[in-house]
Amino acid sequence: MIYSDLTKDIENLLESHGTPKREVYLDSENSGLIFPEALDAMVKAYAVSGRGHPSITHRAGWESYELMFKSSVVVAEAINCKPDEIVYTHSGTEANNLAITGIAQASKKRKKIILSNIEHLSVVFPSERLQELGFVVVKVPVDREGFIDLEFLANQIDKDTLLVSVAPVNHEVGVIQDARAMVEVVRDRDEEVKIHLDACDALCKIRFDVKDLGIDLASFSSHKVYGPKGVGALYVREGIELTPIIRGQLSTQKLWAGLENIPGIAGFAKAVDLMHRNYGDYTSRMAGLRDKLIDEILGSIDHTLLNGPRGFKRSPDNVNISFLYCEGEALTLEMSLKGVYVSSGSACTSRILEPSHVLLALGRKYEEAHGSILMKTTPFHSESDIDYVVHCFPEAVKRIRSINPFKPGGK
Amino acid sequence: MSSRIPLAYNPKVLELFKNPKNLGRMEDADVDAVAGSIACGDMIAIYLKIDKTSEKISAASFESYGCAANIAASSILTEMIKGKTLEEAWHVTWKEISDELGGLPSVKFHCGILAVGAMKRAIRSYYKERGKPSWLPEGLTPDEKHAVEEEKLIEILNRRIQRRMEAEQKHKPE
Repeated sequence: MIYSDLTKDIENLLESHGTPKREVYLDSENSGLIFPEALDAMVKAYAVSGRGHPSITHRAGWESYELMFKSSVVVAEAINCKPDEIVYTHSGTEANNLAITGIAQASKKRKKIILSNIEHLSVVFPSERLQELGFVVVKVPVDREGFIDLEFLANQIDKDTLLVSVAPVNHEVGVIQDARAMVEVVRDRDEEVKIHLDACDALCKIRFDVKDLGIDLASFSSHKVYGPKGVGALYVREGIELTPIIRGQLSTQKLWAGLENIPGIAGFAKAVDLMHRNYGDYTSRMAGLRDKLIDEILGSIDHTLLNGPRGFKRSPDNVNISFLYCEGEALTLEMSLKGVYVSSGSACTSRILEPSHVLLALGRKYEEAHGSILMKTTPFHSESDIDYVVHCFPEAVKRIRSINPFKPGGK
Repeated sequence: MSSRIPLAYNPKVLELFKNPKNLGRMEDADVDAVAGSIACGDMIAIYLKIDKTSEKISAASFESYGCAANIAASSILTEMIKGKTLEEAWHVTWKEISDELGGLPSVKFHCGILAVGAMKRAIRSYYKERGKPSWLPEGLTPDEKHAVEEEKLIEILNRRIQRRMEAEQKHKPE
């Protein structure tokens, strides 16, 4: 296939799909909406204040350096650390890779890494790669709502344990772990063990204070706080040693070579600033829309299951529902035709036979995982958006179920 | 060589997803068969109405639990075999289904294979009581084996989950 054919194919596909009259974007898990103010900050940075390379000796370079440092001050204030404890990468995935592979490569003796079994693949895969290289990787089980087994964790901590890595807010089922209890359990056993929290879904969604928790590393992702794509960050506590995993010309950061994405960082900081300043307002609004979406879907459609906990132990934005007798990718496409953009944990979406490892770890059956739909509310959504989504679902589910040979109540 | 993962869909697949042909259970089918399973996230049922003297397929329909490519593959197959004799239908390949759909990417090949697997099961079942014709092979063809393998794999995976859950229950103090 040549590229011009591919372009034509995509154009034809979009034309065949058509432009829905109304659109509601609920796929912020994967990428999505951005604060207009963050976009403005980026435009300004591209045009003037972030043109230069921040480590070159001229006025434009210094302007970029200033913009980057001011951005770091904002991010640092939101998570309570020093600006120079933040390393910018170009995604949350890269931040997680730096944390895990970086600390493993810097470790002289300890060789054991402990995760939970519902971590993001950007934590799982680098750990599994280290396992192939001789590290020991242990995955802590979770209960049916996704809470990690702290006793299991405690029993796994030994003199060989290098790192414990858990997400305080799970990306897929929204479970909020008791991060403080987890840190205590680890520190009680051995104060030398390093703790990394993949906080991509925690930043600005729950109160998250790295000093207060006393952790060593934490990952963040810009698009998850409605900043631009292409920016991630890793908090590295002063004194923690990591080996860089990207090599090249150093700019202002020892741990991530190459030119920093200055306009992106400025946009990220703007988004963090807005989320941080409006924390109470935004999170309570998102949680309200979340509960409306959950209650109205479960109330209006039979054979549906909520994945993850309810209430204050659930991320304010997360809605994850299994529609039984519905294959998730087909439902995703049916909703797309109605202008509602969601994602699924079905095997079809993941391009392998196994569906979401997170849902299976919660004890969901394969067919329950295949029918799962993940949605995230944002500060940009209104009650009327949720009404429209709730209006669209029953018809979409009905049609996908009508195609299925296996119907509620048996064949 | 591009490292890009190709789009799973094209307008033809999308059109058949929106308006599938021959969809639905056929109450007066002479024979039907299912391949795959709900647990695989991939299951196709094929229904055939067969003219007894000519052994031609006079009507074919399907039901599907799967992605849009799965629905499109089943739908196009029922279109392709309508009017064919059972022997002619037997020789329809998943590759022909893929071509008819404008080319499925490799991640969706299994949809075409499963559709053919279900149809072949239906044809075998038709001849079960009537006696096997000479053109019908004794052993399973690769498409039929694929369907069986997918069904077996999911059983293994399900048992694995079951064992893990049981082990965790034992580990947990009351």
